[in-house]
Amino acid sequence: MTRRLIIILTALAAIAAFAVGTWLYQRQTTVHASTLAVANADALVRIHAPVMGAANAPVTIVEFFDPSCEACRAFYPHVKKILADYPRDVRLVIRYAPFHQGSDDAVAILELARSQGRFEPVLEALVARQPEWAAHGSPNLTLAWSIAGAAGLQYDRAKVDAITPRVIGVLKQDMEDVKALGISKTPSFFVNGKPLTIIGPDALYQLVKGEVEIARNKP
Amino acid sequence: MNTASTSDTWTLLFGAWLIAFASSLAVLFIGEVMGQAPCNLCWFQRACMFPLAIVLAVACLRQDAGAWRYALPLAAAGWAISLFHTLIYAGAIPQSIQPCGQGPSCSSADMTILSVPLPLLSVLAFSGIAALLLIVRRKTRA
Repeated sequence: MTRRLIIILTALAAIAAFAVGTWLYQRQTTVHASTLAVANADALVRIHAPVMGAANAPVTIVEFFDPSCEACRAFYPHVKKILADYPRDVRLVIRYAPFHQGSDDAVAILELARSQGRFEPVLEALVARQPEWAAHGSPNLTLAWSIAGAAGLQYDRAKVDAITPRVIGVLKQDMEDVKALGISKTPSFFVNGKPLTIIGPDALYQLVKGEVEIARNKP
Repeated sequence: MNTASTSDTWTLLFGAWLIAFASSLAVLFIGEVMGQAPCNLCWFQRACMFPLAIVLAVACLRQDAGAWRYALPLAAAGWAISLFHTLIYAGAIPQSIQPCGQGPSCSSADMTILSVPLPLLSVLAFSGIAALLLIVRRKTRA
C-alpha cells in the first residue's frame, strides 16, 4: 500500500514539474518575443508591405504570412472578419514569410497582382484554392498562376521578368525582418507591436479589440 | 496450467507480437524509407507501438502469458491516441489551428497508404493487439 502511494505521489510530482516548466517556458517566450518586437519596432511595418483596410487606422495588425501555409489559410476568414468589424480602426499589413517550397513564386504572383491593383482578389483566390496548388513538397505553380489569372491577374513572361527584381528585394527585406523578430512559424501576428503569443482566432480578436478600445479612448 | 492452454496463449501472444512488429516496421518504412515525416500524434502512437514489439517478443520467447499486464496498458494507450487521431482526421473533432513550421499536420490528406488513412490502420492494429491480450488475460485467469 505504501509502495502504491509512493508511485502515485512520484507521478503527481513529475506531472506538476512538467506543468510548472511549461508555464515558465511560455512566460519567458512571451517576454522574449515582446522584447524583440520592441527592439526591432521598425522591422514590423515597412513602406513596401501590402496594406489591407483603412491606411490611417490607429490599430495595425502585422501578419507574417505564407501563401502556402494551411494555418494562414485557416486564419484568413478570421482576419477578414476583424477588418470588416472595425473598418475604420484596423488595418492589416502583410509581411511575407515564405517558409514552404514554392512560396517565393506565390509571393511573385501576389506582388504582380499588387502592381495591377488586384492584390486582394488574387490573394483571396490563392488562399481559397490553396489545397489544389500548394501540396507540401510538390507545389503546382502553373496552377497557382492560372488561379491568379482567373482572379483577374494579367501575366506573361515579360510582366513576370519585370516584377522579379522588386520581388527579390521585398523577399530579402521581409526575411531579414523575420530573422530580426525571431519568427519561426506562420502565421505570426503583431497588433500595434504586441506579439500574439497564443495562436488562435479568438486570442487575435481579443488582442485587436483591446487595442481598438485603447485607441478609441485616447483624447 | 496445462500444456494445451499454454500453447494456446503462446499463439495469441505471437499473433499480438506479429501485429506490433509488422506495424512498427510499416511506420518505419513510411517514415524512414518513404520519407513522410510523422506528425505529432503519430509520434505518441509510435511511443506505444515500438515497446509493444519488444515486450511481446520477450513474452513469446519466454512463453510468459503474464506479459499481458505490461503489454495491455501500452496497447490501451496507443488505442486511445489512435482513436483520437482518427476522429481528428475524419473531421469529427475540430483541430485547433496549428501554425506552419511545426511539422506536418495531423489531419493532412496525404496521410494515407494505398488510399487507406494511416490513423485508421493504427486503430485497427492497436485494437487487434488489445483484443488478443484480453483473451490471454482471460485464459490465464481461468
